[in-house]
Amino acid sequence: MRIIVKCFAGCKDAVGAASIILEIPTGSTVGEAFIKLIENYPALEYYKKSIMLAVNRQYADRQVQLKENDELACIPPVSGGNQVC
Amino acid sequence: MYKVTTNKIEPDDLFDWLQKPHNGAVVTFAGTVRSDTDGRKTLKLEYEAYTEMAEAKMKQVGEEIRTRWGIEDSAMIHRVGALNIGEISILIGVSTPHRKNAFEACSYAIDRVKQIVPIWKKEIWADGGREWVEPKS
Repeated sequence: MRIIVKCFAGCKDAVGAASIILEIPTGSTVGEAFIKLIENYPALEYYKKSIMLAVNRQYADRQVQLKENDELACIPPVSGGNQVC
Repeated sequence: MYKVTTNKIEPDDLFDWLQKPHNGAVVTFAGTVRSDTDGRKTLKLEYEAYTEMAEAKMKQVGEEIRTRWGIEDSAMIHRVGALNIGEISILIGVSTPHRKNAFEACSYAIDRVKQIVPIWKKEIWADGGREWVEPKS
């Protein structure tokens, strides 16, 4: 099945595009899709631990199962924390 | 009002939107572009958003404020694109009948926005360097 992957900030730089189509086996989870992404775009390895993933604009655990045409977003860490603005 | 914009943020617009007859306090927080960080000079900042989700998450922060303090009137605007030193990147406002809740809720709101709203900034340093800002681990 196909899903849409949206990439932002450093993830966009790592992938080289803001949006791509990813072909994954039916029933794949968020975590499996991200592993596939790292295979295709090794520069994403840098974000393996810190990245947040969202499905259809909601933060999602890696166990969540994806459906055809879902929008998976790669959300690198936001600046956050003590250094405000 | 929870939105991401490419336009310059006008504080008066947000203030006018928030000021309601039943409220006696409006507290706002503006985040502005700083000229230097840890001794390194900034030329400008570039902000990027996952706009649809960012607006939904700002709305969620507004709902958290409503649940926690019973505050009906809050607004958050985040600007994206290239911003120069001193320009407003984010403006948050909370309006309440009495001031104490407004200060607390506004402080909570900016902390939460920084945690859950998918917006990133890239430092364009005066020395030519460019890098996405990530949390210091």
